[in-house]
Amino acid sequence: MPRKLPALNADNRAFWQGGETGRLLIHRCAACSRYFHPPAPLCPHCASFEVAPQAVSGQGKVLSFTVNYQGWAPDLEVPYVVAIIELAEQAGLQFVSNVVGIPVAYVHIDMPVRVTFLNVEDVWLPLFERDQ
Amino acid sequence: MMFDHRYEKDVAITGIGQSEVGRPSDKSAMRLTLDACLQAIADAGLQRSDIDGVACWPGDNNNGDPFSPVGPSALKSALGLNVNWFGAGYEGPGPLAGVINGAMAIAAGLCKHVLVFRTITEASARAVNRQAGALTGKTQGRDSSYAWQWFTPFNVHSGINLMALYAQRHFHEYGTRAEQLAQIALTCRRNAIRNPKAVYRTPMSMDDYMASRMISSPLRLFDCDVHCDASTAIILSRRDIAQDLPNKPIRIEAMGAALNQPWSWDQISLTRMAAFDVGQMMWARTDYTPQDVGSAQLYDGFSILTLIWLEALGLCPVGQSGAFVEGGARIALDGSLPINTNGGQLSGGRTHGLGYVHEACLQLWGRAEGRQTRDHRVSTVAAGGGPLGGSLLLVRE
Repeated sequence: MPRKLPALNADNRAFWQGGETGRLLIHRCAACSRYFHPPAPLCPHCASFEVAPQAVSGQGKVLSFTVNYQGWAPDLEVPYVVAIIELAEQAGLQFVSNVVGIPVAYVHIDMPVRVTFLNVEDVWLPLFERDQ
Repeated sequence: MMFDHRYEKDVAITGIGQSEVGRPSDKSAMRLTLDACLQAIADAGLQRSDIDGVACWPGDNNNGDPFSPVGPSALKSALGLNVNWFGAGYEGPGPLAGVINGAMAIAAGLCKHVLVFRTITEASARAVNRQAGALTGKTQGRDSSYAWQWFTPFNVHSGINLMALYAQRHFHEYGTRAEQLAQIALTCRRNAIRNPKAVYRTPMSMDDYMASRMISSPLRLFDCDVHCDASTAIILSRRDIAQDLPNKPIRIEAMGAALNQPWSWDQISLTRMAAFDVGQMMWARTDYTPQDVGSAQLYDGFSILTLIWLEALGLCPVGQSGAFVEGGARIALDGSLPINTNGGQLSGGRTHGLGYVHEACLQLWGRAEGRQTRDHRVSTVAAGGGPLGGSLLLVRE
């Protein structure tokens, strides 16, 4: 079934469209140099407005994962992996995504991953595959 | 003036009520609500005219959602109440937010008796549409939700996917095993068998649990609560007035409502959620300690959440909830810490939050009949998962 897509706005557009140029764009604060997610106009760490999306390596590791077996909708292909990926740049810089490209049984916590993009309409979903 | 006074202690539960728990019920959501509320008012020894406040979580957010089809506005009108204050809304410390807000209204001097209720009709909704309640259905077209847009594009259709991430991490960090997690489901089922209103009352074995299908690893079907149609109500009263009412007042000794992390399902600690913030706040507001607790009603929308609440409230050491519940003896009705004594939401029915308060009061008042635990005065109730969390420490006077 088609994936539900996010509604784009000034805050989240870079994250969802960075993949068009092959980049994973994560908001970073110029004042305290820390990354944060989800993207927002203000740094939640130091309350600076000097924030902007910045390309990261796209490398990270699986912090946790689940194999979803339930067919929530009639044409949803199962099983698939939902995971929380922690990016290499900063401890705690993490978000939910899918791990793709390998059998679900091979996925494990701490597995190194790298980003790969799935383009649907004007959105480039950052998915992750095993980093060799 | 005492500005460091902990005002929730001025509030007591004086009456409780609950409708039938149907799967589904043929009564309307409003009828279920009125059944629960009138029962609670009568149980408190009050009249409708005594009620001067109404609280609910999350209330009817003008969308007719079966997750909460009746809110304070409709209930107030249907019941003919004149109120000084009423309120509801999803955003807050989870399913106990109605109790917490109602207690604050009394402590602030706005009200003398607040009716708190919670109605849910998810069983009827799913009989019509199996995808009712899907996260992908919360927005039309593209996902513009602050919370869900980060999950639905990755085929997170249900909250179980997020809870499974917490469970997997708990298993990884602490060595928690499926046989241990199973004890939450098995304990709830054993208790449900003794509760005539529970949805599932046939015996469940460890083999049954292990054979139940995997929904989102490591969570199985029997790790998920069961939808029902029901309404639960409680009466909160100012403590000095409560002394003259028929039930021995159950004082709100302490509340927990803190969130010291982002409001998010994936930016918070996966093994602590909001729950640890909540527990820390609650115990900081009382001289009682976890050793005083005689029974606990701990949210089991998914079984893993009960394990995390056990740790968050200091009822067992951090990371050791699996070992604590292993074998099931400690948390059984005759154990050192009986939990979810009505069958919880896993087998009793997803009354969603307020059902736990109802059951805690039955136990404290010695009215739990076939599932009554040994006599005790102190109970704790906690509800929520992820960034949602709230807790109560209840003491029968």
